[in-house]
Amino acid sequence: MLNKKIDWRSTLRQAMVPLLFIVIIALAIPLSGFSSAHLIGEILARFARDTFLAVSLIIPILAGMGINFAISLGAMAAQIGIIISQNFFVGGIPGMLLSALIGLPFAILLGWFAGSVMNKAKGREMISSMILAFLISGIYQFVVLYIMGGLIPIQNKDILLSRGYGIKNSIPLATKGALDNLWNIKFKIPGIMRPLNIPIATYIVIALVCVFVVWFKKTKIGHDMKAVGQSQRVADSAGMKVDKIRLQSIIISTVMAMLGQLIYLQNIGTMNTYNGTDQTSLFAAAALLIGGASVASATIPNALIGVILFHLMFIVMPNAGKNLTGNPAIGEYFRSFISYGVVALALVMHAYSRKKAAEEERKALHHQKAKEKLANTEAEAKA
Amino acid sequence: MALLEVRNVSKDFSGNVVLKDISFSLDAGKVLALCGENGAGKSTLMNIIFGMPVIQDTGGYEGEILIDGQVVKFQNTSDALEAGIGMVHQEFSLIPGFTAAENVMLNREPTKPNTISKITRQMKLDKIDAPTMHESAQESIDKLEIELDSHNMVGELPVGYKQFLEIAREINKEKVKLLILDEPTAVLTESEAELLLTAMRKLSASGISIIFISHRLREVMEVCDQVVVMRDGLIVADADKDDITIPEIASLMTGRDVDMDTQNAHDAKGYEPNGDVILELKNLFVDMPGEAVDGVNLTVYEGEILGIAGLAGQGKLGISNGIMGIYPTLGKIIFQGKEVPLNNPRAAQEMGIAFVSEDRRGVGLLLDEPISWNICFNAMQIQNLGLKKFLFFNLRDEKKMTEIAEKYIEELEIKCTGPDQLVKNLSGGNQQKICLAKAFCMQPKLLLVSEPTRGIDVGAKELVLEALKKYNRDNGTTIVIVSSELEELRSVAGRIAVVDEGEIAAILPATESSAKFGLLMSGEKLEESAS
Amino acid sequence: MTKIKHAIQGFGRARMIILIFLVALLLIAPVFGVSRVASLNDMLTRFAMNAVLVLSMVPMIQSGCGLNFGVPLGLVSGLLAEAIIWEYKLPGAKGFILAMLLGALIGAILGMLYGFILNRIRGDEMVIATYVGYAIIYFMNMMWLTLPFKNPSSVQGYAGEGLRVTISLDNHWLHVFDDWPGKPGRGVVLTIHEYLNGQWTPQEFKIPVGTLLLFAFLALLMWLFFRSKTGTAMTAVGSNPIYAMAGGINIKKMRMSSVVLSTSIAAIGMIIYGQTYGFAQFYTAPQFFTFPTVAAILLGGASLNKASITNVILGTFLFQGVLTLTPSVINSAIKLDMSEVIRMIITNGLIIIALTRKGKKDA
Repeated sequence: MLNKKIDWRSTLRQAMVPLLFIVIIALAIPLSGFSSAHLIGEILARFARDTFLAVSLIIPILAGMGINFAISLGAMAAQIGIIISQNFFVGGIPGMLLSALIGLPFAILLGWFAGSVMNKAKGREMISSMILAFLISGIYQFVVLYIMGGLIPIQNKDILLSRGYGIKNSIPLATKGALDNLWNIKFKIPGIMRPLNIPIATYIVIALVCVFVVWFKKTKIGHDMKAVGQSQRVADSAGMKVDKIRLQSIIISTVMAMLGQLIYLQNIGTMNTYNGTDQTSLFAAAALLIGGASVASATIPNALIGVILFHLMFIVMPNAGKNLTGNPAIGEYFRSFISYGVVALALVMHAYSRKKAAEEERKALHHQKAKEKLANTEAEAKA
Repeated sequence: MALLEVRNVSKDFSGNVVLKDISFSLDAGKVLALCGENGAGKSTLMNIIFGMPVIQDTGGYEGEILIDGQVVKFQNTSDALEAGIGMVHQEFSLIPGFTAAENVMLNREPTKPNTISKITRQMKLDKIDAPTMHESAQESIDKLEIELDSHNMVGELPVGYKQFLEIAREINKEKVKLLILDEPTAVLTESEAELLLTAMRKLSASGISIIFISHRLREVMEVCDQVVVMRDGLIVADADKDDITIPEIASLMTGRDVDMDTQNAHDAKGYEPNGDVILELKNLFVDMPGEAVDGVNLTVYEGEILGIAGLAGQGKLGISNGIMGIYPTLGKIIFQGKEVPLNNPRAAQEMGIAFVSEDRRGVGLLLDEPISWNICFNAMQIQNLGLKKFLFFNLRDEKKMTEIAEKYIEELEIKCTGPDQLVKNLSGGNQQKICLAKAFCMQPKLLLVSEPTRGIDVGAKELVLEALKKYNRDNGTTIVIVSSELEELRSVAGRIAVVDEGEIAAILPATESSAKFGLLMSGEKLEESAS
Repeated sequence: MTKIKHAIQGFGRARMIILIFLVALLLIAPVFGVSRVASLNDMLTRFAMNAVLVLSMVPMIQSGCGLNFGVPLGLVSGLLAEAIIWEYKLPGAKGFILAMLLGALIGAILGMLYGFILNRIRGDEMVIATYVGYAIIYFMNMMWLTLPFKNPSSVQGYAGEGLRVTISLDNHWLHVFDDWPGKPGRGVVLTIHEYLNGQWTPQEFKIPVGTLLLFAFLALLMWLFFRSKTGTAMTAVGSNPIYAMAGGINIKKMRMSSVVLSTSIAAIGMIIYGQTYGFAQFYTAPQFFTFPTVAAILLGGASLNKASITNVILGTFLFQGVLTLTPSVINSAIKLDMSEVIRMIITNGLIIIALTRKGKKDA
C-alpha cells in the first residue's frame, strides 16, 4: 500500500511538465483557429519526422551523462552520407541505405570523439557536448564549404555552388519521401476534406527503434550503463570499465542520431547544408523534456508524448499569437522562448533536486535522532 | 593446513614503514578478529590481502601471502576475488536505484543469449536473466537469515540491511572462502549487530573463514576464535580467544604507558585544572558525516590543554567542527558565559574561538593562493587585520600582510621561498604550520585543533606540538586538541576526554594507564571492566 | 631566468599558438596588400568595443560560478536601458552615461534573479546559464515587439509599433566617447606613413581615447574591488568555498554579488559596444556575443575559477586580433572567406580546452 502511494506522487511530479503543456496547448488551439484535421495531419507527419531523433537522446541519459547535445554530430555524419550518395546520384531507399552506410563510420568516429571529450569533462558533460557540437560544426563547414568540390572531387554539379567548389546551402534531396512513401495509407474521415496520410513504413522504423531501446535496457550492456549512470564509484568497484561504457553510450546515441537525421531529411525533402544541424539537439531535447523526462531519467513514452506535445505547440503558437496580438512574430518568438525555456527549466529542476537530495542526505537520520534526544533531555530537565 | 597464511609481510610508503614483519595464519571455517587503533596498520594489511591497486602503485610489499598453501601475489582485486577472497568495506558500494538482487549480482548477472547476441557474438548483448538473478540473490540473502525480498529497492532499505546486502554479495560469489569484514557493525543498531554476529557464526560453520575488524571488543569476543592485535605496524598479540581478556586486548592496542619524562611538562597543571570555566558544551549534537556527535556534555577550563581522544568515526572530530558551526549542530555552546550562536562560523570566530581543521587541504587552506593570504584571511575577514582605507574601499594592505606572514614564517620555521609562494607547493608539515599561523594570527582565547599531526613527518610533528605548547604557555590560551594518536595527546594535554559512539565516555588525566584508555575507546564502561 | 621560463609556461600553449599566428599574419599582411596600420587600428577599435564585455566575466569566474554563459542577461539589460533613454530623447554624452547607469541597474535586477536560481542548484551551472541566456533573448524579443515604445526613430516605420531590428545611433551618442577629446565626428587621429603596394602611403590611425579611458576606469574599479576585503572574500569563495565558509563568509551572498556585478557590467559593456559600432542590435543579435566573450577571457589565460584584469586585456586583444586579421589577410591571400569557420573553431576550441582541463580537485 505504502509503495503504491509513493509511486503515485512521483508519477504526478513527473507528469507536471507534460500537464502544463497540455494546458497551454489546450488554450492555444482554439485561438489558433486551426481545424482538428489540419492539426492531426501535421502531427502525423511531424511525429514521423522527429521521434527517432528524440529517442536517440535516451541512452546517454541512462548512462548518467545527461542530455547529449552532441547528437548534432550524428546529424552531420548523416549529411555527409547524403552529400556523398547524392554525388553518385543514388536516391530513394538505396540512397538512404548508402547514406547510412557512409554516415556510419563518421558517426562512430565523431561519437567516440565526443565521448572521450565528455569523459575528460566529468560533471560538465552537457555544456561540453554543446560546445563540442559548435566546434565540430565549424570543422564540418570547413570540409563541406571548402574541401568538397576542391580536394574531394564532386561529380554532381547540381549540389555544387556555382563558384566550382563547396556544397550548396540548400539541396533538394534524391531521398525525398523515400521511406514515407514506401508504404503509406491515406484515409478519409467523413466530414473532412483532406485525406489523412500515414507513412506506415516510417512508423514501423520508429516502432523498431523503440523496441530496440527497450530491449537494449535489458541487455547486459544496457544494465551496465544504468549502473554507471547511478553511481560511477560503485560500478567501478564492481569491476566495470566506467569510461568505456560511457563512451559506448555516446557512440550508440550518435549513430542513432545519424539515422534519425536521415529520416528527418527524407521527410523534409531538402537539406539545409550549413545550419541544418544547429537546432537538432535543441528540438530533440525540448521534445523529450516536455514529455516528462529529466536529465537523469528518460523513457520511450517521454519521447513519444513529448514529440506530439512539442510539435502541437510548434504548430499552433504562431497562429495563436497572431490572432491574439495581431503580430505573427510574437508566436514564433514565444515558441522559441518555450523551447529554450523548457530545457532551462528541466535542467534547473534537476540541479535543484540534486542539491536538495544532497542536503537531505547530509541531514539524514541523524538530525531526527538528535532532535528527539534533545527534546527528551529538555523534558526531563523541566520535570 | 591453514586457509590463509601471512609470512613476514612488510610494507612501507616511500620510506614510512607501516607494516613490519607480519606473520599469522587462519584456518578454514574460523573467525579471526583483528584489533588495533587507527593507524596500527590494519587497513594496509587488508589492502595487501585483497590486492588493492594502491599497494602495487606504491611499490608492492615484502613477504608472502599463502592461500591453501599456495603463494599468491595479487595484482588487483579481481585476482583476489578469483582466489576466493571477498571484502566488505566500511563505505557502502550499493546503487540505491537498483533492487537488492541487482546489487548483490552487480556485474555478475546471469544472462541468456538471444538471436542478436548470437549473430554479433557479443556477450554484452545477452539479455539479463532476471528470474535466475533474483533466485540466486535471494538464496544468499536467506543464508544470512534476514527478512528481505530481493525485489526491494536498496535506496528504500534501512542502513542495517544495506550492510547485510554487502555481505550477501560477497558470499554470492561461488568461490568465496575468506571474507574480510571491516567494521561491519559500526552502522548497525544493537539488535542488527546481534543478527550479524549470528550470521557470521553460521557462515563460519559452513566453512567460510572470516577476518573481522571491529573496535567493539565485546562483539569481538562473542564471535571470534582467534584474536590478533596490532600496534604501530607490528603484531603484538596472536592468541586463542580463550587465552586473552578484553582488558588485555585494550591495553595491548593502546601501547605503553607514558613515561614521566614526556609528562613532566604538564604536571604543573595537574589533573584538576584551576582556571575559570571558558567553554561549556551542553547536549551537543553535530551532524558531521562519519563523525556524528550524539549529545556531548563537556567543560573546558581557562588555560588548560584538553585532549579529545577516540577511534575514527566515533565523533571526536564532530565536536570541534560543531563548535565552529561548520556542520549542522544542535544543543548549547557557552563560551565565557555567553551563548555561541549555532551554525555560524563567523560568530564563533568573532567571540574569540579559532580552529585548525583536520581537513587541511579541503577546509584549512586556499591551495591556489599565497602564504600571506592563507595566514591573514580569517583575521582580515573577522577582525579587519591587514586592511587600509582608500576612498570608499577597504583595501588589502599587502605590505602589512607580508610582514605578518614573515613573522610567522620565522616563528614556526616554515620552509618556503617567501610569503608569496603558493601554499599548494608546500610540504604537508609546512602546510600544517600555515594552518596554525592562521589560527594564531587571530589571537584567539580558545584554540581548537583537530588532528594536528595527521599525515606529516616525524620532525614536523614535534615542531607542531611544541608550537602549540609554547603558544599555550606564552599566551595562556586554552587549547583543545582532537587526535587519534593517544600518545601524542598524552604528551601535550593535561586531561583527556575519550569519545565513543558520539558521546564522552570519560575524562581521564593524561597519566592514566593505557589499558583504561583502550577499554574506553573499545566501548567498555570503566566501572564494569574494573570490577 | 626561471622567472622567464615560468612566464612562458604560464602563458599556455593555446595562447602561444594564437600569438604566433597573429604575429605571422601581421608580418605577411603587406605581401597581400593589407595595411598593417589599418589592421592594428581595427584591432584597437575592436578592443575598446569589447573589453568591458570581457571584463564582465571576471566576478563570476572569481567567485567560482564558472564561465558566464548567461551574459545575454546583461546584454538585454543594456539594450532595454538604451531603448528607454531614447524614449526621453536624451542625446550625447549625458544620455550615454544615463543609459549605462540605467543598464547597470536593470542588469543588477536580472542578475539577482539569476543569482537566486544559481544559489539553489548544484552542478550544470554553465549549461543552465546558456539556456537561460537563450530563453531571455526570446522573451525580450516578445518585449521589443510589445513594449509601448514611441520614439519614431526607434520603432518600426510602417506599423509604428515594436522596436526596429537595428537602430542607428547617429542621432543619439554615436562615438561620443570614441571621439573625445578630439573633434566630434573625427576624434583623435594620427597619420602614419606605411610602405604598401610599392609606395609610401599615409594611413589614418584613430585612437578611441575616451572609450579606452572608460574601460580603464571600469578595470581600475574592478581591480580595486578585488583588492578589497569583500573582493578577497569573493576570491576565496572561488578558490575554496569550504575554506571561505569556515572563515565565516556567506557563500551564497558572495555568489549572488558576483552575478549581479557580472550582469551589470555586461549591460554597460553592451552600451559601450553600440556606441562604437554605431547601431544597437535588438532581437536575436545578443546570442552571438556569448561564446566569443567567454573564449576571449579564456584566451587571456583565465581558468574556470581564476581570472584577472590582465587576462581580460590580453584575451580581448588577442581574440579581436584574430577576428580582424584572419578575414583581411587570409581572404586576400587565398581568395577565400574562411573567417567565419576559423572564428567558430577558435572560439569553441578554446572553451573545450578549458572545460576538459583537469579540475584542481583531481590534482
